[in-house]
Amino acid sequence: MQGSTVNPSQEELQYAETATTEQEHEDHRMFGVVLFLVAESMIFFGLFSAYLIYYFVMPEWPPEGTPELELLLPGVNSLILISSSFVMHRGQTAIKNDDVSGLRFWFTLTAIMGAIFLGGQVYEYSTLEFGLTTNLFASCFYVLTGFHGMHVTLGLFLILFVLLRSRRDNHYSSESHFGVEASELYWHFVDVVWIILFGLVYLL
Amino acid sequence: MTTPVSTSQTEPQRNWKDYFTFNTDHKVIGIQYLVTSFIFYLIGGALAAAIRTELATPESDFVDPEVYNQLFTVHGTVMIFLWIVPAGAGLANYLIPLMIGAKDMAFPRLNAVAFWLIPVGGLLLMASFFIEAPQAGWTSYPPLSLTMGQVGEEIWILSVLILGTSSILGAINFLATIIKMRIPEMGWFDMPLFCWSMVATAIMVLLSTPVLAAALIMLSFDLLVGTSFFDPNGGGDPVVYQHMFWFYSHPAVYIMILPFFGVISDILPVHARKPIFGYRAIALSSLAISFLSLIVWAHHMFTTGTPAWLRIFFMATTMAVAIPTGIKVFGWCATIWGGKLRLNSAMLFGIGFVSSFVIGGLSGVMLASTPFDLHAHDTYFVVGHFHYVLFGGSVLGLFGAIYHWFPKMTGRYMNEFWGKVHFWLTLIGLNITFLPMHELGLEGMNRRIAIYDAEFQPLNVVATLGSYLLAVSTFPFMINVVWAIFKGQPASGNPWKALTLEWQTSSPPLIENFEEEPVLWCGPYDYGIDVPPEDQQSVQELLSEVKTDMGR
Amino acid sequence: MTTANKITIIVLAILIAIISLWYGQNHGLLPAAVAPEAEAIDGLFDFMMIIATGLFLLIQGLLIYTAIRFRRKPSDDTDGPPIEGNVALEIVWTGIPTVIVLILSIYSFEVYSTIGGLNPKAAKDEGPQPVAEETQSEQGLMASASDYLALGLGESPANQAKNLTPLSIDVNAIQYAFLFTYPDTGVVASELHVPVGQPIQLNISAGDVIHAFWVPQLRLKQDAIPGREAQLSFTPEKPGTYPIICAELCGPYHGAMKTNLIIESQQDYEAWLQQQQVAQSESLDNAVALENSNSLLTPYANQLGVNQQLLDELKAYSQ
Repeated sequence: MQGSTVNPSQEELQYAETATTEQEHEDHRMFGVVLFLVAESMIFFGLFSAYLIYYFVMPEWPPEGTPELELLLPGVNSLILISSSFVMHRGQTAIKNDDVSGLRFWFTLTAIMGAIFLGGQVYEYSTLEFGLTTNLFASCFYVLTGFHGMHVTLGLFLILFVLLRSRRDNHYSSESHFGVEASELYWHFVDVVWIILFGLVYLL
Repeated sequence: MTTPVSTSQTEPQRNWKDYFTFNTDHKVIGIQYLVTSFIFYLIGGALAAAIRTELATPESDFVDPEVYNQLFTVHGTVMIFLWIVPAGAGLANYLIPLMIGAKDMAFPRLNAVAFWLIPVGGLLLMASFFIEAPQAGWTSYPPLSLTMGQVGEEIWILSVLILGTSSILGAINFLATIIKMRIPEMGWFDMPLFCWSMVATAIMVLLSTPVLAAALIMLSFDLLVGTSFFDPNGGGDPVVYQHMFWFYSHPAVYIMILPFFGVISDILPVHARKPIFGYRAIALSSLAISFLSLIVWAHHMFTTGTPAWLRIFFMATTMAVAIPTGIKVFGWCATIWGGKLRLNSAMLFGIGFVSSFVIGGLSGVMLASTPFDLHAHDTYFVVGHFHYVLFGGSVLGLFGAIYHWFPKMTGRYMNEFWGKVHFWLTLIGLNITFLPMHELGLEGMNRRIAIYDAEFQPLNVVATLGSYLLAVSTFPFMINVVWAIFKGQPASGNPWKALTLEWQTSSPPLIENFEEEPVLWCGPYDYGIDVPPEDQQSVQELLSEVKTDMGR
Repeated sequence: MTTANKITIIVLAILIAIISLWYGQNHGLLPAAVAPEAEAIDGLFDFMMIIATGLFLLIQGLLIYTAIRFRRKPSDDTDGPPIEGNVALEIVWTGIPTVIVLILSIYSFEVYSTIGGLNPKAAKDEGPQPVAEETQSEQGLMASASDYLALGLGESPANQAKNLTPLSIDVNAIQYAFLFTYPDTGVVASELHVPVGQPIQLNISAGDVIHAFWVPQLRLKQDAIPGREAQLSFTPEKPGTYPIICAELCGPYHGAMKTNLIIESQQDYEAWLQQQQVAQSESLDNAVALENSNSLLTPYANQLGVNQQLLDELKAYSQ
């Protein structure tokens, strides 16, 4: 339970306190995050299915006149994003050994890699010859990569949030590091989605 | 009952103001859900009455054709997303922690967020009547939805996205709570069947609602930015939208009915004083339905752009849904057979549920058959069918649930006489309204029309009169609820002598539900077991006996 | 179980069976069937009605009987018998529905095949056709009239066996009218005239939003989807005038989107065709849609946006 703002009555404050203590010996938040990611992955599943239907039923795919996508920059970009997952995992290993500075180092590195990925995406957008409404493929391309980019951005904010929190004394320890775990799981999820997306949009 | 929470000296009381705040108590949230959704039920019902008034005559005379389309669009959206789905979530919120012996849901604050999204989405949708109402039907098929007014359509999309988010957050909470927070002695097969049905429901919500979100995001792009995912003029494909839409919206039908399958499985044994017949079969059939629901969506598309193999495949899977559903219906019949039935309002609604749902189920199997669906698709036969499922099923089940758990929620009984009046008016009204629709559809009246052939007028008048009776039937209920809250006969902790855990605490339950962790001293439906007929021992006494046995 | 009980149950079962068999075939819920396709579907419906009536009576009977017979006696506060299940019974009521839906699936499959649903020419979805290029030209309303065979119902196996050549008619659905083009003669009409006994193949497309072509008396329906072509095949048998209804919400005047299917003798049909040819070659400037559209729709013509430009487009398309 993150910090609350709305808690009018005294009685409810007490109630919230007991609820928090309750959660200390049994924490279901990671399970909640997993369920949330199941739902998230179904949004991507929906978008990918739509893309695949277009791919299979359209007489021509991508539609005539769509310029070839360049592979080099996105390829390098993908490698950066994928390796950032491994980098991030070292952060979690560090906190499991109560090494907060290690956590900070690896998470900062991950954040930088994520930012590079986003920068690469923006650069790719700016050099592409088609816009959002050029044709069906272009729309799919922008919506899929854009929606994924939104998730990367969100993941980036989560990492920055963890970094901010880690400045507090003893906020994260080997026993209690939900924020670290959750943001890492989220980042891996975003990575896996990118691998599928890259395969579908760039390679297929 | 003595002092409940160690931190407070006197027993904290719920204040009426709590129900208007961002409260994190699952019981407050449950009531908030139920009351809010009931208000939307009244709105949706008023829209239905307007629709039926228009249909009393073959001409378009009561409202403009545009307004008529807005009426049924908003009626459908309200009844689905703002009445039945949130009402089911409200019951689940109230009952799940009590039934599994937990103090609250797994994520109380998330729970409150999920609830408060409902009024936001609902008011947004209502506001559309003052700006520009959506009028492409609750299915909102492109390209029609792309041409019928940008503002109204986008309001509809946003409102459905908000309500969808709410139900996803709710589902996460239900699953986490049921899976992780049962008292240690309670295994999977010791849970009340309502919990089983909510597991199945939450799985469906989690897997299907996001796909609707994806479809609506794409539709928004088409609508606002001018992409052409679903617009054939730009090379898109409207049928892709239909696939994505129904991938959610067929499971949505089960999302709306499964909680009430659970409710009925809990009401019938209590008032029949008999164990549920075939506990495991009923529990697992919920999961079977939830699995099948994910592979039947295209039966809504037999007459659209679907190739033959797909029509045949989806016919077979859809028919298969009849098997787990049949298991449930026969199980319910066998449960009450030979029991000692207390025919109170809750029980009447329970039996009425089975009776009406069977009609909707049978016509559902017919519609699954591809060749027959070629005739009946998009006719009043379909309208009759799904109203039997959703009104005859879900709504009757919901009323049954309210009569059954009202003493738990408020500590007072509802009036039985007016409850029975409510039941009979509802049952008669629903059959008068929706039964003629089957014939109308078969004879050739299509749905979503303000103007129809004069030969269909007599049956339409019957349906319209029935709908007015339904409108009247809600008054005894509302008066009964308000009266019972203040003046109802006080009820004990376990007025029905039921065995599930929610009855082991006081009525209404304490803020953290149980004085001490409840004891699972028998299965949820072990009626007639270990209780010799001559022994008039009450459940309470037995409970205390068990407790002393365990050395507490 | 006593013998008396057994006899009662057997008598009741027979009674339910008799009522179901009778009602399933005499429900009178369907309009006249005017094509062999409709008769095949009716047979299926009657069969389903028999089963449904049986199950309906069984379950409602059980509920009512239980509610009366097993009421709690006022003084009796005890519980009922603790019966938690019966494996044999549960297997029976899992098995029976399974068998029923299996039979229904196979029967439906048979019927679907009989009416031409599995005809490989029609059963294959070719996917959306590129209409973008064409709509950029002036006839923006019209979908592509491609040569692809599309989804829907194809020629039925019976007609294929007889080697009859179907009469092909193009159906174009627009807000809020159907246009029927007879490719052999170039005649465009707002009503569908077909000769009796002649297999018909409709090529259905839409110009703006999704519509659906439905004739209740044929029991057949197919959506008209812009950018795709769908097919519907039938063999008209009984002369008469029947409604053609748009069954997919297509806008505020959806309810008024209706026209007629006229099944007539070969001579009448040819006379009508000739008359149309003459009329259309004489007065091309006359409003096709306004003149012929049914009376229900005419009052709305202005609100519907039926104007000279639209008519010109229609005319351009029809040529």
